[in-house]
Amino acid sequence: MKGTIFSKSPAKDPAISEYGMQRRNLLKYFGASAALISIGTACKKDDDTPASNGGVNLGSGDVGILNYAYALEQLEAAFYLQVVATPYSGMTALETEYLTDIRNHEVGHREFFKAAITAAAPSMIIPALEVNFSSIDFTSRTSVLNTAKAFEDLGVTAYNGAGQLISTSGNGPTYLGLAGKIVSVEARHAALIADLIANGTFAATTDANGLDMARTPAQVLAIAGAYIKTQIDASNLPS
Amino acid sequence: MNLQNIITEIEKVDPEVYERFDTRRKVMKNFANLSGKIALAAVPLAVTSMFNKAYGQTPGDVNAVLNFALTLEYLEAEFYNNIVGSAGYLTASAAAQAALTKIRDDENKHVAFLKTVLGAAAVAKPTFDFTAGNGSGTGPFAGYLANYTVQLAMAQTFEDTGVRAYKGQAANLQINRTALTAALNIHSVEARHASHIRQMRRALDAAIPAGQKPLKPWITLNYSGIDFPPAQAGINLSFAGEEVTTQAGVNIIGLGGTYNTASAASEGFDEPLTSAQVLTIVDPFIV
Repeated sequence: MKGTIFSKSPAKDPAISEYGMQRRNLLKYFGASAALISIGTACKKDDDTPASNGGVNLGSGDVGILNYAYALEQLEAAFYLQVVATPYSGMTALETEYLTDIRNHEVGHREFFKAAITAAAPSMIIPALEVNFSSIDFTSRTSVLNTAKAFEDLGVTAYNGAGQLISTSGNGPTYLGLAGKIVSVEARHAALIADLIANGTFAATTDANGLDMARTPAQVLAIAGAYIKTQIDASNLPS
Repeated sequence: MNLQNIITEIEKVDPEVYERFDTRRKVMKNFANLSGKIALAAVPLAVTSMFNKAYGQTPGDVNAVLNFALTLEYLEAEFYNNIVGSAGYLTASAAAQAALTKIRDDENKHVAFLKTVLGAAAVAKPTFDFTAGNGSGTGPFAGYLANYTVQLAMAQTFEDTGVRAYKGQAANLQINRTALTAALNIHSVEARHASHIRQMRRALDAAIPAGQKPLKPWITLNYSGIDFPPAQAGINLSFAGEEVTTQAGVNIIGLGGTYNTASAASEGFDEPLTSAQVLTIVDPFIV
């Protein structure tokens, strides 16, 4: 602590100088944490931050992340509602039970985010999204289960990647905890669906370290976009 | 990650960053030593530990959390290493044996990964007693090596506990984005394992309490789905608290229609365990 800043811009009033010192101490302790947070950002300057596209804006900060999760849960819930309403031919009793459970969970997730965002930032919640399932053949077991697997694996990687974008202060840690409560259920779904397609493939997606993947919102939305008619603008999400 | 860029960024808000590390020369020397000694993946963590020292900022202490995770992974890995090839395992179907082998391999990879990340800071593997006898070798799970049903009950308990344990530590890793994401990427794999083990137990249908059938890949209320009187109280600790149906003040039951009963509302959200709760659960298995 050598007071270099003060020697460069000497305070005229000793009282202000003292105040300045306090502010400086504050910077020392709080500014430091801001700097630590920015490390991740500094490393990711080349990342593919999506440009604004005039679509439904997810918003910024933690509310943006909640809207992002809400968008994905809307997609999943809409899919499973359709799957259960119009079962594919040959759906077994066990498959019906599992897919109905998953539908219920996804509707719960969707409605939870709707309620939570409405409570936290009523003016910032995104509307109901219009989905596009024209590429899915709901009469075909193969088509439905392959799509379900894609959605569940995408959901896992989306939540895994979003965790680090949630703020470390305020409600951030609570939101991270809530995302954690949901992502493991998505992983349970993902494993089950994979097993329905080919028994024993519940964790076939893990890498050389035995880890699941994480995806950025841009990567996730590029994939999910094929099933969402509504244009989504993720350009203000944290990175 | 360019370390010099990071220091430059920090210097903008904290001109004395170098002084915190003693001198600029020492900082650079430390970095040089670091990069020579540890794997690239571990660099961000090592940097964090330097910053923790420099700023006295140790919210949750990232290394402590990772060592906690490593201890659980040691437990899981050794458990699967023991049962794969055991007499009980050999009574299982080929598909079941393949699944247990896959999970064993994942757990061993998790151990190796966390040890690499922690480097010299990694804790040593404890000595385990999988009978849950604290070293006596005569705990309630004595004989587990010969009993496939008991093996699966233990596997499910360990996996579901692991999911809840990682979840409970997420907020303590927020200071280090790399560590947080790595932990989340392990967390979801433990959930995949739990999902499959539960399917295996359902197929077996043995030792699932009548009131808790059918057993599902997700956790219904606080049901363990396990009927094993000698260790029931300990097993139940791994599922206690899973029955909640309110999240962040929002009652999930009945949300959006008739889809969410109490069972579905509890299944849709897994609950965290604190480190103290986890340590109570695993204590009987550690000598």
